[in-house]
Amino acid sequence: MVERPLTERIRPGLEPPRIEEYRESGGYRPLERVLRAMGPGEVAAEVRDSTLMGRGGAGFPTGLKWSFVPMGEQAPRPKYLIANADEKEPGSFKDRVLLEGNPHQLIEGMILAAYAIQAEKGVIFLRAEYRLAETRIKRALAEAAAGNYLGENILGSGFNLDISLHVSGGRYMCGEETGLLNALEGRRATPRAKPPFPQVSGLFGRPSVVNNVETLSNIPHILERGAAWFKGLSLTKEGGTKIYGVSGRAKSPGWWELPMGTTLREILEERAGGMLPGVKLRGYLPGGASTDFLAPEHLDLPMGFEAVQKAGSRLGTGTVILLDDRTCPVGFVLSIARFFARESCGWCTPCREGIPWIEKILAAIERGEGEEGDLPLLEEQARLLGPGNTYCAFAPGAMEPLQSALRLFREDFLEHIRKKRCPWR
Amino acid sequence: MVSIFVEGKSYAAREGENLLSTLLSLGFDVPYFCWHPALHSVGACRQCAVKLFKDEKDAVGRIVMSCMTPVTEGMRLSVDDPDALRFRRSVIEWLMLNHPHDCPVCDEGGECHLQDMTVLTGHDYRRSRFRKRTYRNQDLGPFVNHEMNRCIQCYRCVRFYRDYAGGRDLNAFAAHDSVYFGRAEDGALENAFSGNLVEICPTGVFTDKVFKKRYSRSWDLRTAPSVCVHCGLGCNTFPGERYGTLRRIRTRYNREVNGCFLCDRGRFGYGFGAGSGRTLPLPAAMTVEGIAESIRTARSVIGIGSPRASMESNFALRALVGPGNFVAGFSSRERDLLSLILEALQGSAQKPAAARAASLSEAERSDAVLVLGEDPLNTAPLLELALRQTAMAKARQAAQALGVPHWNDHPVREIGQHIKAPLFLVTPYRTSLADIAEVSVTAGPDGISQIGHALTRAIDPDAPGRTLPKDPAGVPVDRIARALLEAERPLVVSGTACASASVIKAAANVARALKRIGKDAGIIFAVPECNSLGLALLGGMSLDEAFARAQKKKPDALVVLENDLYRRAPKRDVEKFLRRCGNVIVIDHFETATAVEAEHFLPAANFAEGSGTLVNNEGRCQRFFRVIPPSAQVGESWKWIRDIMAAAGKLQKGEWEDLDAIIGSMVKDLPGLAAVSRCAPGADFRSSGMKVPRDSHRCSGRTSMDANVSIHERKPPDDGDTPFCFSMEGADLNLPAALIPRYWAPGWNSVQALNKFQREVGGELIGGETGARVFEGAGSPGGEPAVGRAAYYPGSPLTGERRVPKGDFLILPRFHVFGSEELSAAAEGVASRAPRTYIGLSKESAERIGLSEGAEARVVSDVEGGSFSAVLPVRLIPGLPQSCALLPVGLPGTEWLDLPARGSVRAPGAVESTERRPAKRRGQRKVKDG
Repeated sequence: MVERPLTERIRPGLEPPRIEEYRESGGYRPLERVLRAMGPGEVAAEVRDSTLMGRGGAGFPTGLKWSFVPMGEQAPRPKYLIANADEKEPGSFKDRVLLEGNPHQLIEGMILAAYAIQAEKGVIFLRAEYRLAETRIKRALAEAAAGNYLGENILGSGFNLDISLHVSGGRYMCGEETGLLNALEGRRATPRAKPPFPQVSGLFGRPSVVNNVETLSNIPHILERGAAWFKGLSLTKEGGTKIYGVSGRAKSPGWWELPMGTTLREILEERAGGMLPGVKLRGYLPGGASTDFLAPEHLDLPMGFEAVQKAGSRLGTGTVILLDDRTCPVGFVLSIARFFARESCGWCTPCREGIPWIEKILAAIERGEGEEGDLPLLEEQARLLGPGNTYCAFAPGAMEPLQSALRLFREDFLEHIRKKRCPWR
Repeated sequence: MVSIFVEGKSYAAREGENLLSTLLSLGFDVPYFCWHPALHSVGACRQCAVKLFKDEKDAVGRIVMSCMTPVTEGMRLSVDDPDALRFRRSVIEWLMLNHPHDCPVCDEGGECHLQDMTVLTGHDYRRSRFRKRTYRNQDLGPFVNHEMNRCIQCYRCVRFYRDYAGGRDLNAFAAHDSVYFGRAEDGALENAFSGNLVEICPTGVFTDKVFKKRYSRSWDLRTAPSVCVHCGLGCNTFPGERYGTLRRIRTRYNREVNGCFLCDRGRFGYGFGAGSGRTLPLPAAMTVEGIAESIRTARSVIGIGSPRASMESNFALRALVGPGNFVAGFSSRERDLLSLILEALQGSAQKPAAARAASLSEAERSDAVLVLGEDPLNTAPLLELALRQTAMAKARQAAQALGVPHWNDHPVREIGQHIKAPLFLVTPYRTSLADIAEVSVTAGPDGISQIGHALTRAIDPDAPGRTLPKDPAGVPVDRIARALLEAERPLVVSGTACASASVIKAAANVARALKRIGKDAGIIFAVPECNSLGLALLGGMSLDEAFARAQKKKPDALVVLENDLYRRAPKRDVEKFLRRCGNVIVIDHFETATAVEAEHFLPAANFAEGSGTLVNNEGRCQRFFRVIPPSAQVGESWKWIRDIMAAAGKLQKGEWEDLDAIIGSMVKDLPGLAAVSRCAPGADFRSSGMKVPRDSHRCSGRTSMDANVSIHERKPPDDGDTPFCFSMEGADLNLPAALIPRYWAPGWNSVQALNKFQREVGGELIGGETGARVFEGAGSPGGEPAVGRAAYYPGSPLTGERRVPKGDFLILPRFHVFGSEELSAAAEGVASRAPRTYIGLSKESAERIGLSEGAEARVVSDVEGGSFSAVLPVRLIPGLPQSCALLPVGLPGTEWLDLPARGSVRAPGAVESTERRPAKRRGQRKVKDG
């Protein structure tokens, strides 16, 4: 029984499998079978039944996302399938594992996804810093093309697909699916208004699906072993495994592919070896810098989309950032605010102006120049930058760690203001 | 229409329209920045937040951006909801974090949308204790000042400049809270509509640099409705005066003509003398009585009118000298072209009008446009702007099909990005519209008219003429014809740019063919000057005819009205003519080459100093009203002429006492011009029993303005010609559109106050439309489909370039938006944007005669005894046929040449080959065209 479908072929520190090896270990077999025996609708149905949820952070059902793509003769052409490999969420490195470790798996997933929505153009939108991945993807694309897994009339099926690699200019907003589309068109990476959704009007105004690398990498396995098997991998209703990561003061930080819904206690204690000696866990961001802090009492929470949401945060990318008692929570939150203030695209007012103001207030508190009214002001700003008030989800995401920190670590903030210094310095 | 509930009260609203424009149309004061009536919604600034409730039971509701929310039946919302108010106040607070608060020294202060919106939301206290962001500003050229620190990042500037006006050199740079709007490097903004940034920008980032040099607070400017004098379109303007000088021009909204915009020539061209730089040649010693005497005793007198003078002044001159001695002031070529245009628009005894004279707003909505020979950017700039919008109609349709509302600007443009504008350009060279057009082909004037005739026959097989070869010269005639036939609102655009009668005839034929098969076709002709068509309506001799007559019979007196003959006839001919005339009297507001040679000069009023009527290219009569108070030295030309006539005993005392009187006289004499009197209320109009104030009620320093001279406040000057007074006193409520002197409403001090003057956002003014059309009725929609085929102009006899001997060129006129128009070319900023003159050649021709880009060439054209010779740098012109060359019109450095003309272009040292050219030249006559 395969328990780690995504990463079993990955050999950390070594070269990824070349096409021959990938094929020998069963790779491209699902694709060959699908092109021979399944229609696009059947592929989409299998993925829908698998309950695969988007692994980019929002957890939107992949099958449902695909279902909005116009199909049939009348559908606008060309259609696009885009792999979002712009992994820019602070603390996240799970897509990197897949991109460097097994690019053919991603490519096969993309071909299958493109087949399901009948897209003829594919794009991998890669984070600029992922140089190693770039080299390996290029090689894999060339191998796939040489093997007629890409190009005209793939494996004699009549299906055509070209995949190109686009290396990002490097901004956080390029990872937002519509910002990504604008960037691909050579425009500023600002988000787009929705509706229309990309499935209807995406890249160059054509139907497009943007899926995360981890999401796409799951597709070949779903089609190889079926939706039921995929659901069985998970401990929750959300099918499959999840690549979890831990960073911070744990004994051995890293990544692990585990059943969806594994608890952080298991991840932290059994995989990451627990906290460093003498260091206590004070809280954690479950899935990147744009998720709410959870407290240690949530350690036994299953790390699944629904469960984490119920606890008041988001699973996000599933890569956990730990906050310990040797680290200043104000400085921690300031560092996050600084990141978001810098990465705001500058399109809408609240995000463009509000987050830098928050950053300045936090910096003042951290410098010992905090004032009495600062905490209510921060709380008010966090509320004002909430969902619906801004153009996209960037600012609400940026507010999640702040608002939860103000709640969980309020005493630390007050201490900064009272003592007019950072107690950790 | 559906019902919506605002604060629980029911209102009728258009379903699917966005909520912001709906609320503004209903009269609610909802603040906004990124939305603009012509640019629509993008949801960037978040200022227009309102509360939307699910149903009557929902008391919590949620904040939505009204600009991005479509109106639905029964929707319930609140503008005054406390959460919405608080959020809107926060948006201003965020914007103010970095806004410099330099209002007291900011040019925008007092007419600043950001100020208005700040006051509207109630934000009044700075909570931030941190430093503000600063930027480096750029030199953007002579027109627009740049002050980036004030920027609130609404993105309107780039959306107008790039998306709406097709500019490329202004962009958004950088990210987060340091987004920068500017050019990649310092330099003049290239787009000819850049001045609109001044009005588009909701605060003081882009301000009027020409105004800045002689600045006045906006509320101190004396304003009145006016009409632009720098091309034939008649865009509506608000000139602003202070201390007797013209300080700036702003857009006056006219839905049918210029909408919300002006071109840079119109906005910045007023420096020709209306400002402080005006030099008034000293009035000649001879008095009006003396001039009258010389005219009274003259056995022969000639009066030359002008296409840049008002109807009233031209009519007065015609009355002074008599219709038989009145010269329209055009060359015979131009007169013939305008007569043809008139015939097409108005019809004649032999031919009904070819099609409806279309307005610019109709051009914008057209779904197939054939452009024959015209270069709108350079001859009628706002027409270019209108034609640029034609692609959007198709994009909106495509978006609609995907459920995207027409006002949701970004998705509409995203979906429409592959859609070409339904423009079919057939021009002598590649024009600026070619980039967005479905078809752009180039041909010489003969080729253009040939294509026009082929199209006519493709549309109406009944049209006369022989069947021309299918797709002449590879032009997709069938495709263009199909597009015109499939269109609901086809339009033909042509004009005087090629100076070719056969091109105009071909355009009229295509429009007539469309009309004849039952299409609601429109036609637009670009004409060169602000009253070209009006003057053509008055009729009269051409200059050439006047010159010939003077040869036969020496005129004892010549009156030249606001006309520089050196711009319309060969120098030698003009000199000879002026020498031949006895007493040369020039009436003008501008020191022209002709004025310098006058024995007697009477200083005329320009558009800011006088009032009158102009007729634009679609036959729309529009009144302009003076903003500069009268002075003893300067008067409207017609008043000088009136005084001369009175002194000469040609008028009774008291006749033509005021503007209405001379208009009455004109309409009586020429009933076809009744629209001149209809186009605006007369001087007896009163609002609430009072005249309309030119000064705003916010005007400051009224009693102190002249206190350095006298502490006694002077009596405001009278204005018996118009309903306006030179004072703050009066009433300016509920005015007819033609009399609205400015846009202002309580709380709305910026140009955005326009919303308060429209029936609905982007719609008609509450005071009705401005102007009245002379051609109303002629060629109106659905009229005269059964016009006989005899109305067509016969197929073109080919002339022009085909007859040019090998090695010679047909030199065509090339207009430039900056430089070709007489008046604006004298404005400093416009002059600096004008190109240096040149001779334009195709790459192939230039290579053939061994010349490259920038090399000097000798251009020679011998015309009927005259001769034109100049050494000019070569410019390579994409698309120009090899048989043609281009010579810029009106740029300094060359004499006038009657274009198109046949001529040679050689390297300056090259010796003419005797082999190719017969020793005795075949008559190097002027090319008679069409």
